[in-house]
Amino acid sequence: MSEVLIPGFMPTEDLFPIFVNAMFTKNFLLIMFLGLCSYVGLTTNSDTSKGMSMAVTFVMTMSAILTWPIYHYLLSPASIIGKDLTFLRTICFILIIASFVQLVEFIIRKFSPPLYKSLGIYLPLIATNCAVLGVVLMNIQEGYTYGASIICAFAAGLGYSWVMLATAAVREKLIMRNVDLFSGFIGAFFAATMVALIVVSYFSVVKL
Amino acid sequence: MAKKSFVGEIIRGIIKDNPVFVLVLGLCPVLAVSTSFENALGMAMAFTFVMLGSNIFVSLLRNQIPPGVRIPIFILIICTFVTMIDMLLEAFLPPMYEALGIFVPLIVVNCIVIGRAEAFANRNSVLPSIADGIGISIGFAAALILLGTIREVLGTGALKLVMLWSKGGELGFCPLSEVPGFSFVPNPIVFPIEPATVMITPPGAFLTIAALMLLFKILGDRKRVKQLKKEGYEI
Repeated sequence: MSEVLIPGFMPTEDLFPIFVNAMFTKNFLLIMFLGLCSYVGLTTNSDTSKGMSMAVTFVMTMSAILTWPIYHYLLSPASIIGKDLTFLRTICFILIIASFVQLVEFIIRKFSPPLYKSLGIYLPLIATNCAVLGVVLMNIQEGYTYGASIICAFAAGLGYSWVMLATAAVREKLIMRNVDLFSGFIGAFFAATMVALIVVSYFSVVKL
Repeated sequence: MAKKSFVGEIIRGIIKDNPVFVLVLGLCPVLAVSTSFENALGMAMAFTFVMLGSNIFVSLLRNQIPPGVRIPIFILIICTFVTMIDMLLEAFLPPMYEALGIFVPLIVVNCIVIGRAEAFANRNSVLPSIADGIGISIGFAAALILLGTIREVLGTGALKLVMLWSKGGELGFCPLSEVPGFSFVPNPIVFPIEPATVMITPPGAFLTIAALMLLFKILGDRKRVKQLKKEGYEI
């Protein structure tokens, strides 16, 4: 087995491609297909999608800040324990994310009860939102430095947010036109097709 | 809840409670790995393992789990099985592990698994839970493979059918034509259509699932209209 090294704290990577990748070309909702449950469930209304986007961005960034040191200093073979505990990766990450979601839930319930009501079941479900776990797992897989992994998580959150808002705009229009066939999940997927086509075709022409 | 037979539970999981088209849960892996028949099959197998394992364990422990902390306990149980299948795939099927990538650990946050643990396994004994697990897994696999097949055929103009088979003592996915008894199947099956590359890109996935859901909705509506006409309503 080759020697495992802990990546440094300060970003040595070029940050701009990481940022644009996470936000557009590898957008979590449209291209990687992570976090679709909340996407189809909440984009019927732009206010709820705004609240959800903010909550998800916050949880993503905070969990990236917490999981990176825990993985590299406790679980990886190069850690202070010196044993290969990487099989505990998934379970550790999910626990960290779940506790963070609990915190966000307290904050939203205290400061914005209407938002809390409209987010409903989807708020505790951020913990089982694939996008959040996906971004922290990807940071580890790509071997990013600490700085780069935080930037990546934040950009992924922004990418999630703009797609939520864009789709909510399309769907609100469809619902207002009262097209019965497109009111439910079907409309959500047609709206997603449109937004995804825009992103994919734009970035197949404009090369970074 | 009315008592149902083992087979009845399985069929309910496939059609009436189809996880993808009816419950609309756990869409992330369905859309992401349905680029080809082979990937869809691999994902379906990994999912079946986790689904059955978690349903059996949750239903065995249902009287011991305190209701207040049930969700974290479900997640821990599911996570154990996900870690197991993750390591098994890495050891025995490395190409499939590479192809599925991040989506194997992400089964842990799949809403279907957790949803069935909460809605079914936590309230029923072991045997119905196994039936439910099998039914839901078949329903999920059917949707995944349907999507994978449609996207592969439309996107590449050909279809490679594969099967899990040990060839020369080594387990792996090999073309169906190399499996004894299936040598009449051409590899790959070529269709006389112009491949549309957009179907294997992400927008194609959204388009396919939207079209399929529309189709099922129209079929369902038609059935309902027929039913109402039979009962004497004017439509």
